[in-house]
Amino acid sequence: MTEMLKENGTTSIIKIQLKLERNNQNNFSLDVDVSLSVPGVIGVFGESGSGKTTFLRSLAGLQNLPSAVINFNDEVWQNDQIFVPTHKRSIGYVFQEDGLLPHLTAKENIEYAIRRQKKALEKGLYEKVLSILNIESLLGVFPDRLSGGERQRVSIARSLLQQPRILLMDEPLASLDERRKREILPYLERISKHFVIPILYVSHSVEEIARLADHVLVFKQGRIFEEGPPNSVFANENSLIGLSDEVGVVFDGDISAWDESWELSTVTTGCGDLFIPKAGKLVGAKIRVRILAKDVSLIETPQSQSSILNQLPAQVVELSKDQNTAMRLVRVRVKSEQIVARISRKSIEQLNIVPGKSLWVQIKAAAVLN
Amino acid sequence: MLTPENMAAIKLTLELAACVTFLLLIFGTPLAWWLARSNSRWTAPVGAVVALPLVLPPTVLGFYLLLALGPSGYLGQLTVALGLGTLPFTFWGLVVGSCFYSLPFVVQPIQIAFQSIGNRPLEIAAILGAGPLDRFITVALPLAKPGFFTATILGFAHTIGEFGVVLMIGGNIPNETRVVSVQMYDHVEALAYDQAHTLAGAMVLFSFFTLLSLYAYQKARSRKQANFGISI
Repeated sequence: MTEMLKENGTTSIIKIQLKLERNNQNNFSLDVDVSLSVPGVIGVFGESGSGKTTFLRSLAGLQNLPSAVINFNDEVWQNDQIFVPTHKRSIGYVFQEDGLLPHLTAKENIEYAIRRQKKALEKGLYEKVLSILNIESLLGVFPDRLSGGERQRVSIARSLLQQPRILLMDEPLASLDERRKREILPYLERISKHFVIPILYVSHSVEEIARLADHVLVFKQGRIFEEGPPNSVFANENSLIGLSDEVGVVFDGDISAWDESWELSTVTTGCGDLFIPKAGKLVGAKIRVRILAKDVSLIETPQSQSSILNQLPAQVVELSKDQNTAMRLVRVRVKSEQIVARISRKSIEQLNIVPGKSLWVQIKAAAVLN
Repeated sequence: MLTPENMAAIKLTLELAACVTFLLLIFGTPLAWWLARSNSRWTAPVGAVVALPLVLPPTVLGFYLLLALGPSGYLGQLTVALGLGTLPFTFWGLVVGSCFYSLPFVVQPIQIAFQSIGNRPLEIAAILGAGPLDRFITVALPLAKPGFFTATILGFAHTIGEFGVVLMIGGNIPNETRVVSVQMYDHVEALAYDQAHTLAGAMVLFSFFTLLSLYAYQKARSRKQANFGISI
């Protein structure tokens, strides 16, 4: 852990009130009133046009919404009388793309940022950040000679070396193709592990947010529709309009065993032990598991003749509507966790699924997110 | 070869062009910045005024400047009150006239360069902790460098080529206002074709090489960008 950043990370409280009415063609409005206590990664999730980027830009002072009130800890960043300009807010910001100054090399970009900070650079931080993001070999290169992924890594390194009090990331992976995304994600995870710095991470990708965030804000039509841990947020279909295949739960677990001959990991989670193919060999490692509602089915009694490895006893908590009118989402409690299953209305009738009923869940697939 | 009169005219012309270019870069840069970045409703009318010398006959511009700078004009009364005397038919009168005349040739390339930078690099600089002046100096100016190069060459070359404004407010005073273009006119009027030839030849060569250097620079730049791929 980096000490300088630790002190910032533990106590930050951001209070934000934003209001924006724009009634021309696009009818965009924004009405947000949220108080965040932020150690760790806060995911800001929503469709494009839901106001999440405007939210982030106002927080950075890049956009001045007239009626906004923004407080960071005890400091006023914006209210009726005060508007602290961007360069005095001590923030890091990773843009979607083109976040580097084009006339400076990667190294000059980083130095440009370091020179302008009040705080002296913590000893050893420079080397540490460069090695975590693996950009030592890119330092002498101009941005237009770097790949999209390399540019983002340099951007992220630069923002960490500013030693900001909060790091804002605006869809940092959106401009990259799938392969490059998968290259960068591990770097982002390493950042949240190595530095205790509050991060606001904006994305429209369920996978990215599920993988990185400790807390999620769901934006919908300019409002915060829901907030909570990724587990509960992504189990709520209404948070995921248009993405019903992505409804599911996310929770953390530890690898407790590795079976070499079957290449199966045993992952101990709040809902019991799960067998997951190749989730990792390293016993004791912490991983994050995502189980989609479409991969979960419900049965009356456990079946020994099934190809499905993971069968766990469960109790029905509630039923809710699905976008597909033939289907229902069934939320069940499995030990201390909850899992959501997408089941046809006919099956619900046949199995007589009602809240409180005890039955078994079969988990066809569980994705390991890191 | 060039006679002493021709040499004097060339020297005066280069002094005038250097002076005008220098002043226009100093005053034109903030004006170009404002035109490029401001949301004010005044940018359109001001932009149109800046562009007027592109379409007005130079004699029209010269006529108004003569009236304004003359003893009964507002600007003339101001300069007299400041103890500077009246400017028409002096070197500094020519400088003022040429500044108006060459204004669009300096302001517009810089304005376009500032516009093409876009918001992003300035936003990045603000995030990195740079205040407004810092951003202007360390981000906007270096990124607008090609615009400044074009503006300098065009401003300088265009001042050298002017005739109408000079004649209206400068007249034809040796070592004071008799620049190359006026000298040229004198030679032809006096049927001194030999002298006219050497002076005209020198002007053609000078103008050609000035423009050649500009275009060669622009071409080298665009080739470099093509090699480096898109940077937008």
